[in-house]
Amino acid sequence: MTPNPYLWLIPILPLAGAAINGFFGRQSSKKAISAIALTFCGGAFLLALWIAIGFSSASAPYYFDLAHWLRSGDLRADFSFYLDQLSLVMMLVVTGVGFLIHIYSVGYMWDDDGYYRFMAYLNLFMFFMLTLVLAKNYLMMFIGWEGVGLASYLLIGFWFTKDSAAAAGKKAFIVNRVGDFGFLIALFLMIQRYGTLDFPALFAKIQPLAPETAGAGILTAIGLLLMVGACGKSAQIPLYVWLPDAMEGPTPVSALIHAATMVTAGVYMVARSHVIFERAPTALTVVAIIGTLTALFAATIGIAQTDIKKVLAYSTVSQLGYMFMACGVGAFSAGIFHLMTHAFFKGLLFLAAGSVIHGVGGEQDMRKMGGLRLYMPWTFSVMGIATLAIAGIPPLAGFWSKDEILAQAFNTSWVYWLIGVVTAFITSFYMFRLMYMTFGGDYRGASAHDAHDAHAHAHDSHGHGHGEPHESPWVMLGPLVVLALLSLLGGFVGWGNHFEHFLDPVFKAAAEPGMQEPAREAGGKALEYILMAISVSVAALGWLLAHLLYSSRPQLPARIAESLGGLYKAVANKYYVDELYALLFVKPLIDGSTTILWHGVDQGVIDAAVNDSADAARHVSDEVRHMQSGNLRSYAGWIAAGGALVIAYMVWMGVR
Amino acid sequence: MVPISYYLVLSGILFVCGVLGFLIKRNIITIFMSIELMLNGVNLSFVAFAAQWHSLSGQVFVFFVMVVAAAEAAVGLAIIIAVYRTRETLNVDQVNLLKL
Repeated sequence: MTPNPYLWLIPILPLAGAAINGFFGRQSSKKAISAIALTFCGGAFLLALWIAIGFSSASAPYYFDLAHWLRSGDLRADFSFYLDQLSLVMMLVVTGVGFLIHIYSVGYMWDDDGYYRFMAYLNLFMFFMLTLVLAKNYLMMFIGWEGVGLASYLLIGFWFTKDSAAAAGKKAFIVNRVGDFGFLIALFLMIQRYGTLDFPALFAKIQPLAPETAGAGILTAIGLLLMVGACGKSAQIPLYVWLPDAMEGPTPVSALIHAATMVTAGVYMVARSHVIFERAPTALTVVAIIGTLTALFAATIGIAQTDIKKVLAYSTVSQLGYMFMACGVGAFSAGIFHLMTHAFFKGLLFLAAGSVIHGVGGEQDMRKMGGLRLYMPWTFSVMGIATLAIAGIPPLAGFWSKDEILAQAFNTSWVYWLIGVVTAFITSFYMFRLMYMTFGGDYRGASAHDAHDAHAHAHDSHGHGHGEPHESPWVMLGPLVVLALLSLLGGFVGWGNHFEHFLDPVFKAAAEPGMQEPAREAGGKALEYILMAISVSVAALGWLLAHLLYSSRPQLPARIAESLGGLYKAVANKYYVDELYALLFVKPLIDGSTTILWHGVDQGVIDAAVNDSADAARHVSDEVRHMQSGNLRSYAGWIAAGGALVIAYMVWMGVR
Repeated sequence: MVPISYYLVLSGILFVCGVLGFLIKRNIITIFMSIELMLNGVNLSFVAFAAQWHSLSGQVFVFFVMVVAAAEAAVGLAIIIAVYRTRETLNVDQVNLLKL
């Protein structure tokens, strides 16, 4: 390990930006605010790049101990940073995509009154996310973990005067609390059993241990609890419900926090803890099952959404499920690879969606869009690239990582693979559905037609009058183009398993011998190509189906929805999960709090005690205050009576 | 020699007269004089005991009391004048601003 004294600057720079803009932004001009936010975020990016260029496996990993923090008995948790191949990838993704989204936000949020607040929050988020990624121990990671939760809450509720935004912020925060509780218990178990939270020291202690078999054990418990935490942060079943609501936040936030970086923290955490998970097969299986189910479940919901951002939100949940599936089958590097490519194309999708929303004047309902390819050619083409990438069409980024995951999954069990392929098909379908509804056909904004109304392809005059859609400014399109290039080419780092070999020092060195057989050699090249062909063809099939339903026969979807009846309604209403949670958790909690805690304890005991003692004091004083008449002679009388009483007492007792 | 009980009885009578005057009278001047009466009642018992026990401390005490009474008279009369100027009365029942 080599000390690197610049490491701590990477998270600190955005913090400085957040502090300056947060404290002085109200008085500054928007230009100054943008300059500060971009300088500090860009500075972190350049520094990260510089460190990455100098990074060599020989001297890795880098570390830096900034200061002492907790020293209690044998437990040591310091402010120290750690950079290995895994955190390097995360660091570059976070600073790179983060910087692009900062630039985009300048254009997107320029007219907002809370501009300085927004930029300060974004920088604050960068600080916490980089702390999470660069932490050397679990406690530092937890600081970042909670911090990004805070930033997420602040940004979801950025338009806090809107009730739904404030409620969505609260929901995200509270659901995350459930997960964080699991994470925290896992940390306590580690301290109790191993006495350290430091990654190198902790993993060195766990490494010699044999895998825990089907029963239970401390590692399985830690693994499962960590997964609870990951479920909260990364929006997996059963804690995914906050992410779709989080779309109430401004779109750059959805892109940065709820697609590209923060929600992948759970994947990063599981990958970081791979030493633990590899020795807890039960926990690993749970990770795989949760990931697979979430991927399929969320994808099916995505089919029936009409809000452009909601589609992307469910798509994010689904893609995160893929990443967990990869981790669950032991292919951590494939999971991280997908995390990276997903950051590119999903960040791009959200930003492009933001550009669309910006262009049509705040409308998010896809049924009121359509035909935008003519008005917003740039947005159309970059979003097209992102859609091809997420659908897994070669040679774009998503193809490489998704294919990698599916191949590894097949190696473990064909069930994972099958569900993964079905999900890929659905993904392709709903993404192209989004494209056709948004950019295909004619503009439906001016005349509020229903989504599934038949539209003649002949051009008529509507939509060309006042307030017609327009392309976004270049400050927004620039980052889109960069991300589009990354989505186009980002997958090639996986060529010849370069990416996997790059991460090998992290995942292989610690792996338990015999477990980490490379997947592709097991089945042979032929099988790999067959799997690849299948996943590409289902993607193409999804595209075809979307084209059929939403372009050539636009009256079909309504008819299909009608014939499916209840099933369609269930999907469109997100399987009523929110309602179920409301019934199971929220309502009992509110009722219990109202009757027992509020009316019972608070009003019945606490308020009653306070009010009754105050009442008693008032009644007594009501009587006593008559003595205080203001009449001099009555005072004198009281004094005389008192004196007489004292004398009488002394005489009675016998004076000495 | 006059026995001490005579002095003490007279002192008690003087003091009780002062107390009653203080309680009954409404005029501030009269009340003020009642206070003086009480003080002198006490003074009488001091000097009586001093003579009885041949101790000077009782007499010294009396001088102290007289000095304090003189100072009190100066301040008290000034207050009475001030009260009269603002309230235009010397009736204590009408000087009850301390009441809530």
